[in-house]
Amino acid sequence: MIEFRAVTKRFDDGTVAVNQLDLTVEAGIITVFVGPSGCGKTTSLRMINRMVEPTSGTILVDGQDVRAADPPRLRRGIGYVIQQAGLFPHRTVLDNVATVPLLSGWSRGRARHRAAELLELVGLPAELGRRYPAQLSGGQQQRVGVARALAADPPVLLMDEPFSAVDPVVREGLQDELLRLQDELDKTIVFVTHDIDEAVRIGEKVAVFREGGVLAQYAAPAELLARPADDFVAGFVGRDRGYRSLSFVDSGEVALDQVSTVAIGQPAGAPTAEWVLVLDEQRHPRGWLPPRSTVEGAVTEAGLTPGGSLYQAGTPLRGALDAALSSPSGLGVVVDERGGYAGVVTARQVLDLIERARPTATGAERGH
Amino acid sequence: MDSILRYLGNAGTQREILDRLVEHVYLSLLPVVLAVLLAVPLGWCTHRFRWLRAGLFGVANVVYTIPSLALFVLIPAVIGTQILSPVNVVAALTIYTTALLVRPVADALDAVPAHVVAAATAMGYRPLHRLLTVELPLAVPVLGAGVRVGSVSNISLVSVGALIGTGGLGVLFTDGFSRRYPAPILVGVVLTLLLALVVDRLLVLVQRRLTRWARAGEVTGG
Repeated sequence: MIEFRAVTKRFDDGTVAVNQLDLTVEAGIITVFVGPSGCGKTTSLRMINRMVEPTSGTILVDGQDVRAADPPRLRRGIGYVIQQAGLFPHRTVLDNVATVPLLSGWSRGRARHRAAELLELVGLPAELGRRYPAQLSGGQQQRVGVARALAADPPVLLMDEPFSAVDPVVREGLQDELLRLQDELDKTIVFVTHDIDEAVRIGEKVAVFREGGVLAQYAAPAELLARPADDFVAGFVGRDRGYRSLSFVDSGEVALDQVSTVAIGQPAGAPTAEWVLVLDEQRHPRGWLPPRSTVEGAVTEAGLTPGGSLYQAGTPLRGALDAALSSPSGLGVVVDERGGYAGVVTARQVLDLIERARPTATGAERGH
Repeated sequence: MDSILRYLGNAGTQREILDRLVEHVYLSLLPVVLAVLLAVPLGWCTHRFRWLRAGLFGVANVVYTIPSLALFVLIPAVIGTQILSPVNVVAALTIYTTALLVRPVADALDAVPAHVVAAATAMGYRPLHRLLTVELPLAVPVLGAGVRVGSVSNISLVSVGALIGTGGLGVLFTDGFSRRYPAPILVGVVLTLLLALVVDRLLVLVQRRLTRWARAGEVTGG
């Protein structure tokens, strides 16, 4: 547990970065500090491990005042993942990961052994350990950054915009990876970002900061989207927060409809007045045949109308609505866990479900 | 040609040349080592305290413009050594090389990415440990270039010291001039040149060994 008690940071030039911050970060969950630039979120993070000293107020980590500790020792007990990974370019990946154990006095052999375990934990092949950071992709470097922060098994992990320098697809993968890791590790994680989507995606609690270092709202993501505390938070969480809040509405039992399907390699049969879904041998959706289309001989991948996004049954409704809206036929394709075709759903069906879910959805805690 | 062979054939001259060569190496490279030890803290200060920059770099520039012969003669007056002591040459060249290296050290430390330094701090490095094991190794590419220039320039400057009788291969020049005997002069010139080339190559090799990481990049970065 991390407690900020009336913490203020005023820099030498007089700017107030953090203003009377009172906040308790719960143990064992991911708490996100989010806000526009200059809102004091990174400064607040860095005061936890004393990279920045508060002007006034107290910060306690597990009941201990951080000022009581020698800063380097304090920092070795708190994992830190920095923007752009901050890997040491002159050391191999393995030695980078072994940094904190070596600083804490472990033998080289034991530290390297531990580093190799961590590479595996973050999903990197062991042979990457011998490379230098510059030989890795941005996403791989970030994973190494996470592995390095976890090497000494600290109970607290601070993450300072760790995924902001990678492209959106890689970022989403890294976020999923972090959630998976957190399921296993149950660390107390403080995660700083300026991206509200990232905040509501990975945070169990989100602290929204505004300019001048004032805490605007501290709540679970669903609560933040459903009931922003004021105009600033409403504006910051964005215009399509209603749509995004669907991320927290579980689908329950979606009644699926069925459409005509045809497998690749099979004859299409007579033209019909309906859209026909094309599947491959594993029954994965490949695309659509428009109504009244005539196909000579067997159906092939070429000439199909590309499908929309796929919705996996049982996941939040945002995906179901998106599948329906992005499908050329207006029918959202629903798949099972293995990606096989399960049925279709229309936008109207999804909206009906949302309407029915409304009384509970707004008060719902984040589902897992 | 004959006279050179005859000069080199003499066992006495051979020993003399070897002694002078060893002296030359010692007089020119010891100041480089001392200068690195001085320039790193000074450069670190200008990196850390920006207001020191203009002043210290200004002093370094002025020092570098003092003629070497003048400095060789001035040093004994300042530090109280014998006028013919080799310490004068070492001291003077240390001052030159330090003046030469302060700026590259500061620039190299400035060039270490801020996120790398912040990461090192956050991992729990103490400042001196961080300087020695993170920042300085990353400064080697820039620092190495300065050390090479300093070493080669010292090797040529030590010859001047012979004018005030402090030894080194320069003695072969003064010897040759005073006896109107070209052989030692030629041998001195060639050896000085060779020494500079060999030292430069060795420094390149050392630098390459220390910066393997810098060439590892370019393959799959992104």
